[in-house]
Amino acid sequence: MKLPGFENSREGWKQRSSLEFRHRIDKFAGRLFFVFSIIPVFLAIAILVMMIYKSWPIMKTHPLWQMLTGQVWKPDDGLFGFLPFIAGTAWVTLVALFLAVPPCLLTSIFLSEYASHSLRAFMKPLLDILAAIPSVVYGVWGTIAIVPFIQNKLQPFIHQHLGTLPFINSNNPTGFGILSGAIVLAIMVAPFIIAVLYEILSNIPEGLKEASLAMGTTRLQTVRWVVIPQALPGIIAGIVLGASRALGETMAVLMVVGNVAQMPHSIFDAAYPLPALIANNYGEMMSIPLYDSALMTAALILLVIILIFNITSTLALQHVLERNI
Amino acid sequence: MQPHIQIRNLNVFYNRDQQALKNVNLEIPHNQITVIMGPSGCGKTTLLKSMNRFLELTDGSQISGQVLIDGEDIYATGMDVTEIRKKAGLLAQHPYPLPMSIFDNVAFGLRIHQMKKGRHLEYAVQHYLEAAGLWTEVKDRLHQPATRLSIGQQQRLCLARGLAVEPEILLADEATSALDPISAQHIEERLVDLKKEYTVVLVTHILRQAKRLADYVIFMYLGEVVECGPAIQVFDHPQQERTRAYLEGRF
Repeated sequence: MKLPGFENSREGWKQRSSLEFRHRIDKFAGRLFFVFSIIPVFLAIAILVMMIYKSWPIMKTHPLWQMLTGQVWKPDDGLFGFLPFIAGTAWVTLVALFLAVPPCLLTSIFLSEYASHSLRAFMKPLLDILAAIPSVVYGVWGTIAIVPFIQNKLQPFIHQHLGTLPFINSNNPTGFGILSGAIVLAIMVAPFIIAVLYEILSNIPEGLKEASLAMGTTRLQTVRWVVIPQALPGIIAGIVLGASRALGETMAVLMVVGNVAQMPHSIFDAAYPLPALIANNYGEMMSIPLYDSALMTAALILLVIILIFNITSTLALQHVLERNI
Repeated sequence: MQPHIQIRNLNVFYNRDQQALKNVNLEIPHNQITVIMGPSGCGKTTLLKSMNRFLELTDGSQISGQVLIDGEDIYATGMDVTEIRKKAGLLAQHPYPLPMSIFDNVAFGLRIHQMKKGRHLEYAVQHYLEAAGLWTEVKDRLHQPATRLSIGQQQRLCLARGLAVEPEILLADEATSALDPISAQHIEERLVDLKKEYTVVLVTHILRQAKRLADYVIFMYLGEVVECGPAIQVFDHPQQERTRAYLEGRF
């Protein structure tokens, strides 16, 4: 039944805005949305171009390879060796992952395979809240809790019992060092790694787990022989994604890691990761020639490392998640 | 002879208010193909899953009543769920090969339950692949990943894998519905073969399949068992009006 006055007639159409006008509005809206959505892409490219431009002056006089492998950082003498900072970044990140991954894996297995629906509904948001604590708060906590613990308890204890082993022997008595940074960092990236691993594990088809359980396996056997092998590529990609998070973390690490430009040899040594170098020095001592250009190069190196980690893990994750559907 | 599976006053709820099975009482005979049929959502799969305690994998499911296999209540306290599932194997609707080789898929259950080792293991794997009618197709590529098989082959692999743990009962949940007609026929032939040694319980919504395979029929509707009995009796002389209507396609 049609309402009078709204027939699909010539008169009816005349009362509405013209078809052409509506199409024009539609097209305009589409373009507007497109413009806003590519702004971030342009910004990323602009930042990259700016960094290359700013680091160009030092590249002209100091070959990149020499800076990457140089171990001496004396800007006053024109020596810009980045290796201590790259090594510091690598040490802190690796030790942090070493500490974070095993408990994160167990937590995500518990959440996805063992926890009841209600417990999961309670714990998942809680873990997500942990991820929202500001970096500087972790840094303060690390300074007042972790650093004294390492200085007064852990390091003397280990020094007394295992003092001569490599990677442990150190003459840095302050507590500010790689291990402090790594502990803080591990706790910071843990919620993120758990979230990614949980996502991967819950993505394993229910039917696959049931296929295993139907043969009379225990849950642990199913996890060990079916879930983990099936999820392994995803688990590795998730850990790499966690690593790319850890690599760029600045504030909390900077507050506890000691910030000494040296090649670290022990988890108790102080280190100076790339983000800390940039954050501590940019905008200061600009009178030294090429200093700001060197810091830009440091930022560029950091960016490239993180991009490589991020892109490979994201692609791998996408591949894995699609395969399981 | 005592029925292989007896079900007494079985009630199943999902999320408190949604009753999937209403006071089910049944007896499933030894060494026959028992077909559970009925329209979608009538509780066929729920009934099947009650027999290997798979219902408890679903959050919020509540079960009351008894399911007895060889006279033993599988829901009694102290029953080992892995033992029950070893006794009542499952062939699911979709084949899910485990993430390992063809050989390891079949050997999986034998290793988990520490039933066979070394040469005996190899012999056993061949035996069960033959029983599932897959041996000649895979004997030259036993160590390839199982996911490379076709869907129909995967389903027969799942059958071999299920047989390998030496169950007494084979629960098949619409086991042919994801397969092409030829592969479906393969599986049907296997099931007919296997009933000599196993009690087979098959869920299907395909009436013609039920008629082809069934020795004993359970007809379900809206969570209730409407009628059950030997196939000839139920198909030729249904006692209930609803059964008659379903058989004549009036649903």
